[in-house]
Amino acid sequence: MGGMGARVAADGSIDLGSGDVGILNYAYALEQLEYAFYVRVIATPYAGMSAMERSILTDIRDHEKVHRDFFRAALGGAAIPALTPNFSAINFGDRNSVLTTARTFEDLGVSAYNGAGKLLSDGNNLSTAGKIVSVEARHAAVIRELLSPFTASFAGDDVVTSDTALDVVNMPGTVLAAAQPFIVERITASNLPTM
Amino acid sequence: MNLQNIFNALENVDVEIYERVKHVSRRQLFSFGKKAALIAAPLAVASSLNKAYGQSMPDRSVEVLKFALLLEYLEDEFYRIGLNTAGLIPGSDRVIFQQISKHETAHVALLRSALGANAEAKPNFDFTARGAFPTVFSNYETFKTLAQAFEDTGVRAYKGQAPALMVNDPVLETALRIHSVEARHAARIRMLRGMKGWITGMEGFPGAVYSGDQATNEREINVPGISGLSSSIVSESFDEPLTKDQVLAIALPFVKV
Repeated sequence: MGGMGARVAADGSIDLGSGDVGILNYAYALEQLEYAFYVRVIATPYAGMSAMERSILTDIRDHEKVHRDFFRAALGGAAIPALTPNFSAINFGDRNSVLTTARTFEDLGVSAYNGAGKLLSDGNNLSTAGKIVSVEARHAAVIRELLSPFTASFAGDDVVTSDTALDVVNMPGTVLAAAQPFIVERITASNLPTM
Repeated sequence: MNLQNIFNALENVDVEIYERVKHVSRRQLFSFGKKAALIAAPLAVASSLNKAYGQSMPDRSVEVLKFALLLEYLEDEFYRIGLNTAGLIPGSDRVIFQQISKHETAHVALLRSALGANAEAKPNFDFTARGAFPTVFSNYETFKTLAQAFEDTGVRAYKGQAPALMVNDPVLETALRIHSVEARHAARIRMLRGMKGWITGMEGFPGAVYSGDQATNEREINVPGISGLSSSIVSESFDEPLTKDQVLAIALPFVKV
C-alpha cells in the first residue's frame, strides 16, 4: 500500500504514519469519529426526531461504519488503534446541536478527501477515496437540507465557491485541528505527505 | 470534444446505443466536426487558472477536461432551458435548480478557462434524446428524472477520470472539487424525487447511469462480510465510477448532430 504504518508514542499520541498508509489512516480516523457520532445520535435521539430523520441518520451511521470497517480491514496491521471520541460539546438532546455538528463533520470529510486526493500516490487508493467522498457529499447535502429545507444550502455558497463552483477543500493540518477537539487521543500527522 | 472520436468510441463499446443513433451517418458527424472547428472557441479570459494549467498540461489531462466540459455544457444548457420554461419548475423548487444551474455555468466557465485554446465550442443538444424523452421540458417528473441522471452520471464520470489526473495535482484537486459538488446536486435532486440521497443498488433511471453501482466488494474486500451490514447499505456507501466510454454512451444521444 505504500508508507509507514501508524505508531503510538509513549505519551499516548497516535501518529498516522507516512505515504498512502498515512493518508488512509487519516481517512480512517475521520470515519471512526463520524461513526461514533452517529451511534450516539441514534442511541439517544434528540427531541422530536421524525421518522424520516431517524431513517436518514441511521443510514448515515451505517455508511460510516462501512467506511470505518473497510479502512480498518484494508490497513490491517498498519492501522491506527480505535479512537476515543469526546462529544462533550454536543447536546445530543437538541436537534440543532446534533444536525449542525453532523453538517460540520460531513463538510469536513468532503474537504478532507478533496484535499487528500493529490497526496495519494497509488491510483487504486485514489479510486477508493473517490468512491467514498461523493457519499460524504451526499450526506452533507441531505443534512443541510434537514437544517434549511428548500434553500440553496445543500450546496450553499458557504461551502461551494460562488464564482467557480468548487467544493470545500482542506489539507490534513486544518482538518485534524478541527477534528482534534472531538478525539481524546492526540493525533499527529507529521509524517504525512505534503504534496 | 471531437464528435468523430466519440462516435468511434461508442461504436466499439455499445452496440445497443449505436443502433439507436445509426440513422445519423458518419458523414453528418464528420461535417459537424468540421463546422464546429470553424467556430473558433473564443480565447478564454486570461486567468490564474489558465496560467496554472494551460501551458504545461499533459495531453491526458486535456482530454479529461474536454470530456468534462462536454458534460458541463450538457448540464448547464439543460438547467437553463428548464428554468426558462414557464410552468415547468414549481416555485418552491426553483431555488434548488437556480443554485445547481449557477454551479454548472461556473463549471463551464472554469473548464473553458483551464483549457484555453483547447476548449471546444458547445455542441447543440437534443434533450429529448432523439425522441426518447419527449416531455423533458413539459413534464416536471421527466425533467427531474433527467436531472438526476445527469448529476449521478457526472459524479461517476469525474470519479472515473480522477486516477488519470494524478499527473497534475491542481487539475486533480479541481476535478475532485467539482465531483463532490455534483454529488451534492445529485443527492438533493434524488430527495426531490422522494428517493434517498444515496444510491441503493442500481436505483435510478436510465439503467445505464447506474450500471455496476451495486458493487459491494472494494479492493477485493467483501465489505458486507467484514461490516455485518447489508449489501444495500454497502452499495450506498460506495459510489462506483463509470468509464469514459460508458459515460459517452449515456451522453451522446443528447448531443444533436
